Amino acid sequence: MTTRSDAVSASELLPPQEQAALGLTPNQMALKAARRHLGLQLGLGILVLMALFAVLAPWLAPHDPYLQNLPLRLLPPAWADGGQWEYLLGTDHLGRDYLSRIIYGARISMMIGLGAATIGALIGVTLGVLAGYFGGWVDQAVNFLVTCQLAVPSLLLIMALVFVIGQSIAVVIFVIGATHWVLYLMVTRSATLRLRELDFVAAARTMGCSKFQIAVKEILPNLANQITVIFTLEVAVAILNEATLSFLGLGVPSPTPSWGLMIAEGKTAMFFQPWLVILPGIALFILVIAINLLGDGVRDITVTHRRG
Amino acid sequence: MSTETLLDIRDLSVTLPTESSALKAVRGIDLELRRGETLGIVGESGSGKSMTALALMNLLPPAAQRSAACINFAGADLSAVSEKQLAHQVRGRKIGMIFQEPMTSLNPVYTIGRQLTETMTLHGNVSAARAQRRAIELLEKVGLPDPASRLRQYPHELSGGQRQRVMIAMALMNEPELLIADEPTTALDVTIQAQILYLLRQLQTELGMSMILITHDLGVVSRAADRIAVMYAGDLVETGTTEQVLNAPRHPYTRGLLECVPGYRGAAARRLGSIPGVVPSMTGDIQGCAFAARCPRAVARCLTDTPPTRALGEAHRFVCHDPEETRGISFGDSEHASDTHTPRPAQESVLKVDNVSCTFSVRQGLFGKRKTLRALANVSLDIRRGEVLALVGESGCGKSTLSRTIMSLQTPDSGSVTLSGQPVASLPARQRARMIQPIFQDPYSSLNPRQTIGEIIGRPLTVNQVGSKTERRSKVHRMMEYVGLPPRVFNSFPDQLSGGQRQRVAIARALILDPEIVICDEPTSALDVSVQAQILNLLLDLRDELDLTYLFVTHDLSVVEHLADRVAVMYLGEIVECGDREQVLARPKHPYTRALLDSVLSIAPELDVPEPRLTGDFPNPINRPSGCPFHPRCPLADAHCQRVAPALEMFDNTLVKCWKADATSPAPSPNSKTEESAL
Repeated sequence: MTTRSDAVSASELLPPQEQAALGLTPNQMALKAARRHLGLQLGLGILVLMALFAVLAPWLAPHDPYLQNLPLRLLPPAWADGGQWEYLLGTDHLGRDYLSRIIYGARISMMIGLGAATIGALIGVTLGVLAGYFGGWVDQAVNFLVTCQLAVPSLLLIMALVFVIGQSIAVVIFVIGATHWVLYLMVTRSATLRLRELDFVAAARTMGCSKFQIAVKEILPNLANQITVIFTLEVAVAILNEATLSFLGLGVPSPTPSWGLMIAEGKTAMFFQPWLVILPGIALFILVIAINLLGDGVRDITVTHRRG
Repeated sequence: MSTETLLDIRDLSVTLPTESSALKAVRGIDLELRRGETLGIVGESGSGKSMTALALMNLLPPAAQRSAACINFAGADLSAVSEKQLAHQVRGRKIGMIFQEPMTSLNPVYTIGRQLTETMTLHGNVSAARAQRRAIELLEKVGLPDPASRLRQYPHELSGGQRQRVMIAMALMNEPELLIADEPTTALDVTIQAQILYLLRQLQTELGMSMILITHDLGVVSRAADRIAVMYAGDLVETGTTEQVLNAPRHPYTRGLLECVPGYRGAAARRLGSIPGVVPSMTGDIQGCAFAARCPRAVARCLTDTPPTRALGEAHRFVCHDPEETRGISFGDSEHASDTHTPRPAQESVLKVDNVSCTFSVRQGLFGKRKTLRALANVSLDIRRGEVLALVGESGCGKSTLSRTIMSLQTPDSGSVTLSGQPVASLPARQRARMIQPIFQDPYSSLNPRQTIGEIIGRPLTVNQVGSKTERRSKVHRMMEYVGLPPRVFNSFPDQLSGGQRQRVAIARALILDPEIVICDEPTSALDVSVQAQILNLLLDLRDELDLTYLFVTHDLSVVEHLADRVAVMYLGEIVECGDREQVLARPKHPYTRALLDSVLSIAPELDVPEPRLTGDFPNPINRPSGCPFHPRCPLADAHCQRVAPALEMFDNTLVKCWKADATSPAPSPNSKTEESAL
């Protein structure tokens, strides 16, 4: 939390015995709470593990994810009938090792999920706080933007953008982020509308805070909970959205593995080889759960009254 | 009043299970209520008074556990009755209830008529037409004009006072034998409070009901109740007739509560008594006397032995060791020696409000025409250096708009506010911040929940880049000591503090930049009396030590009487009277000021609720009355008042805006006269 930095650095200047009399600083408290918070540790653990998998994919993957082996196509996972232990999670319709593709897919999917949700948050929260705090014509302008965003089919917009800018992972992240900010905006705008009427904002004005200081220091920290909740939602949405784009040939170029693409490709064979959808689905599910746990955990250790 | 007992509660306890342990909200109390009698239950918030009332009707939160030896009500034991029977035969039928918040206790999507008749038809065997007739009859009784057409109105079309009248009518629909009123007037303005209390008393004698009046306001119980039960930490600490308890309180807590009330010690006393500390945690068993930690008379055995119940005569009981050795000691004696009020000579003005007007445009309905609401109409005001200027008025009179305008949170349409000769609006924000600082009403919304106490108090220094980090920090610590905050809360968050502590934080934040003027916007109205006394004492001490000037916005005239040097009374965006405190309060010239003074219920057990002089509601500022804005409610108004608005004129040292100011003799009402003798 940005607002905490002051208190921490100030407390370092005090002799230790005086510090002890004051109790723990917020950061120390948060750390102490984090040590006891199982959900937070679990979420963070899974996320770190997944990130490690993604980074170390070349060394961890048992096979080349691009290598096609048509005679061994559509192998079921090893524990099912007809599975082979060499291909632990089976193979896809081109005979590529599914486990390796899922491990490599973590790279793209995590990047897109977290990246797009972050870009969306930046756009949405900025506009939401602006619209909520300033109101008037700013609010109307932002509302007009929202109307445009909602009126134009986002797929059409994305297609146009990808054609104009070109096709790459960075573009996909940007484009998905740029079309998924409305939820952030709506929630932060209404929360800001409520917050700006509270007396602590008036108090900040009377002590000479600039509008920017009020927005960043007084209002933004109070929006953290809502932003976290939407962020966890949007990560999953972005990953699936990437699948749609890949399906249309606009997403990540085809042989590159991504969970969304794997779900999209497996969809046609869902009734006969359900693992093709289920396995990347589980990976996605675990990622979203981890982010959720992390988000809830961060909220729990920073929300003040639970510490009581 | 008959001597027949209507309600007899023996050994009632309420326990609320919490995560770690059980919170004992009510600890085995005995209560008795006779037919036609009014029992006032008094105590600070968290003392268990509402829980007692809810336990009677078994309306407690789902997790709560109630136990009682017996709850005899009109011959039936309510503790043995099934939930279904209770809902059918008792609630709303034999026992009516009025809640504190008239704004939220009516359902906004149903008409008044439907909600009123429902209470009758729900209990069966009453025709809709009869229920409707009864509803009209009752609305007339509670003083709503044109009751038949009211039935078709929705709650939002009524004002707060009108809604509370509807609530009372609703509670009376089935002619209950007992009416429970839980803080019925706390959310209302003083003039409306007087009307509602008067109405309740009238209806009670007319219908022969019994009433339980739950309130924290000792003035209200002293006038309305026949007997008083004082609650502390879930226990009854003193019971007796109103005269016994208030005129000769025996329990130190009752004494403490009384000393906290401004005006109780007499106008000369500068400092209010105060009860140190807070209500103890209610979990687990309390060893010894629950009040011992805060009691000035506590001796060793108070901490270890459960105090005995002592009886004085027939009705007066109190639970206390009543130690002989500390008999003479009372609250606040040890605190300060300088108990004298030293009025300062009138000096030059620091802040000048000159002809300020402020209008808002409001749209009524989606396609309605924009209407202008005049929040301030040509207000002029002087604040002199070192004084406490009280700004008094009911809600909606524009006093908050005026204070916001002074702080430049609101831009006036015309007129100007000048600070030592400089227009406030043109001052840079940071320079202004060093001269004027606010203290807001609600300490729950004025502190950012995401910042620590240290950050909140030090924030003005950080924003204005005063000193280095270490200097700022030590200044925050000094300020915390000044306002009486323990150093360990430095790293706490606001929601870990009590209401009084939060208000101390707000005071520390306001004073850390050494401002000249502090605008206090009802700083104590959200607090309990004992905490209010602490905060008012603190504000007065700080003024003396730091040479501050206060603009004190309030609706509570007893607070004004206690601390103000000068008083300005506002009505509908105008200042109607302004002058020295003694002048304005002792010889009010404007009929509105007089009405406000009459509505103040000082502690006077031998007096009844006075008949309200001021009828009608506070007008909607969108439809301002013509001429003098006060004429529709004014007992002195004539045709001239209706047409032409008066101007602010000087009558023996007081500025008054009234055509009749010179005609009215300065005779205080009989009510306020006896008030003084009671003190």
